Amino acid sequence: MSLGDSATPLGKVRGLGSAREGGEHWVTERVTSIALLLLGVWLVASLLFLPKLDRQTIIEWLRAPSAAVPMALLIVVGFRHALDGMKVVVDDYVHEPGNNFALNTLLLFLAVAGGALSLYALGMIVFGAVA
Amino acid sequence: MVVSILHRATGLALSIAGLALLAWWLLAIAEGQDAYLRFAKLAGSPIGLIVLIGLSWSFFQHLLSGIRHLTMDTGAAFELDTNKRFAILTIVGSLVLTAAMWAYLLGGRS
Repeated sequence: MSLGDSATPLGKVRGLGSAREGGEHWVTERVTSIALLLLGVWLVASLLFLPKLDRQTIIEWLRAPSAAVPMALLIVVGFRHALDGMKVVVDDYVHEPGNNFALNTLLLFLAVAGGALSLYALGMIVFGAVA
Repeated sequence: MVVSILHRATGLALSIAGLALLAWWLLAIAEGQDAYLRFAKLAGSPIGLIVLIGLSWSFFQHLLSGIRHLTMDTGAAFELDTNKRFAILTIVGSLVLTAAMWAYLLGGRS
């Protein structure tokens, strides 16, 4: 079944909308979701396959590039996807422009701070003198 | 309808509790053995396990309903019976995957 006549083709909405980026937001949310499909399954499978979940085992696992790189990607893409998803919910339910802007800005700051903090911790584990 | 609401609810749970937990877990590992043991003790407590089981179910539900949404974005699976079967499949699938994972974690190893 094809989309009905009421649907607007994606190619016509890219670059449009009051902020001229609504179509890009929609695409980004889906691209990051596909990345997270892989990264999320990777994280869960990796944790299940580790012989133990004690700190030393996890540190050794994360220090290998095969885990450090996907973990860094998971942090960046995960916080981005969460931010994009929460923005859709905020835009759906918070209509007053001031409140909408305030809440979206707060979420943006929280997502960036959380992502930066997670990357810092990962960096300490991978490169630091953590033992 | 229900699955669409679940997609939002589990997405919010993963965004807030899931990512907070990921950050906390990494920070605890980076900080040292004491901090990690505190984290592990809390995670292994009854409340911690309820949160973890809830988040793992949220992950599987959001993953499966996300695949459903991506499929529907292509214009497929809008037929009523297909659509309904797909929706039910995401719920059954997330429950089975969550149960299997925790049976393995709590039964097979610690």
